[in-house]
Amino acid sequence: MTEAARTPMDPADETAVGPSHGRDLFSKFDPLIAEREALLSTGVRDPFGLVMEEVLSPTRAIIKGKETILLGTYNYMGMTFDPDVVQAGKDALDAYGSGTTGSRVLNGTYQGHREVEEALKDFYGTDYAMVFSTGYQANLGLMSTIAGKEDFIILDADSHASIYDGCALGNAQIVRFRHNSVEDLEKRLRRLPAEGGRLVVLEGVYSMLGDIAPLKEMVEVSKAAGAMVAVDEAHGMGFFGPNGRGVFEEAGVADQVDFVIGTFSKSVGTVGGFIVSNHPKFEVLRLVCRPYVFTASLPPSVVATAATSIRKLKFAGNKRAHLWENSRRLHKGLRDLGFDLATPEAQSAIIAVLLPDQEMTVRMWQALLEAGVYVNMARPPATPAGMYLLRCSLCADHTEQQVGEILGMFEAAGRATGYLQ
Amino acid sequence: MTDREETLARVAQLIEPFNKKGVELNEGTTFAGDLEWDSLIVMDFVATVEDEFDILITMNMQAEIETVGQLVDAVENLRNEG
Repeated sequence: MTEAARTPMDPADETAVGPSHGRDLFSKFDPLIAEREALLSTGVRDPFGLVMEEVLSPTRAIIKGKETILLGTYNYMGMTFDPDVVQAGKDALDAYGSGTTGSRVLNGTYQGHREVEEALKDFYGTDYAMVFSTGYQANLGLMSTIAGKEDFIILDADSHASIYDGCALGNAQIVRFRHNSVEDLEKRLRRLPAEGGRLVVLEGVYSMLGDIAPLKEMVEVSKAAGAMVAVDEAHGMGFFGPNGRGVFEEAGVADQVDFVIGTFSKSVGTVGGFIVSNHPKFEVLRLVCRPYVFTASLPPSVVATAATSIRKLKFAGNKRAHLWENSRRLHKGLRDLGFDLATPEAQSAIIAVLLPDQEMTVRMWQALLEAGVYVNMARPPATPAGMYLLRCSLCADHTEQQVGEILGMFEAAGRATGYLQ
Repeated sequence: MTDREETLARVAQLIEPFNKKGVELNEGTTFAGDLEWDSLIVMDFVATVEDEFDILITMNMQAEIETVGQLVDAVENLRNEG
């Protein structure tokens, strides 16, 4: 290889160290790098660098050699180790191979992709279902495609990053309203110009604080303003409503909602995303939705596990009931211990514990992990209003005894860190 | 007072509760640089301005507004359209 053929990244080329023009593009991250180094130098473990060495069940894993109760996985219905689900994945792996190596619109739609869309149509009672490679992409796809330059997307200020990113990918005019405020939504709908289409984007459960949206009222004002409505049920599927479809079903507005967006990576227990709808022209999205077209489809084993799981979720009434028992018990227990919780009662399977600052949050997180329970640590900008929180998500497979153990560990960690007196 | 001056005065009043550092305001004052507002404060403030003038300032428009003067211009334009 000649000198001239060396790439600028060649570590042997000493003259390549440091670009001669412009500043280092990474310099914008310096404040974050410094903050992180300062935090880790205090000797705490990295909350964003945890490794599950072994996973024993939906609720137990080995972390740093220690058996740990999982309380931050979104594995609400505990389907990840369901024997039928696992077997379906193995069978599909044998029958169809490890991956499709192609887009849904070319060589990437197998029998299994068709079947999981049938399972979704059956679960939601809709005419159409479209499966994406992740939930993130389902939101990217809908937001960026359905609303054009002249149209308006009206969204809750606390919307998930995938909704915001989908808006950024598209050309629509974006209007925000204050979180969960029906009045604020109504005011903004009233101020919209008469021209242009309207899409109101809501979430059944907001995943940071675990609070639910007043969907009945919000859908009503949206429809009165002539808007289409999309509801993201990522954190509601499986245990809200008579059929487990989500908060929109429980709110009694299923016939008013134009699109339901969901994911396979929570209650369903694998990975993937979807949109279901009754709109007669829905299928055209398969041709125009870039996050659907320009990526490889889900592996056959994944769609097989998803289809099996969705069919079982339809009849998972007992699991649903136990999940709610767990959530209510954890909420009450933590409140009785003196923790500050994000919602006045258990509104979903997410219980968020509010803490005063990053240092206390990381110390609590670490004390809990050392005691034997894993929760999510969340910080700005993922959280609303600059909050630091420990987010607990329950599983239908958590036993009564495990919930008791978790409460004991919270009490011990609270005292060890000085948060509880 | 012209309409624009009146709008500027009202906008300045709305900024005050969010002006924690007591930065002196003029048309060239920037929200991110001088006032050091993060995205959460911006969201709150924009909603307040929208409600005060009964207008919508889309996120697309917000991306173009960096100074107090630019915000006043945007408010004036939106009010005249409406």
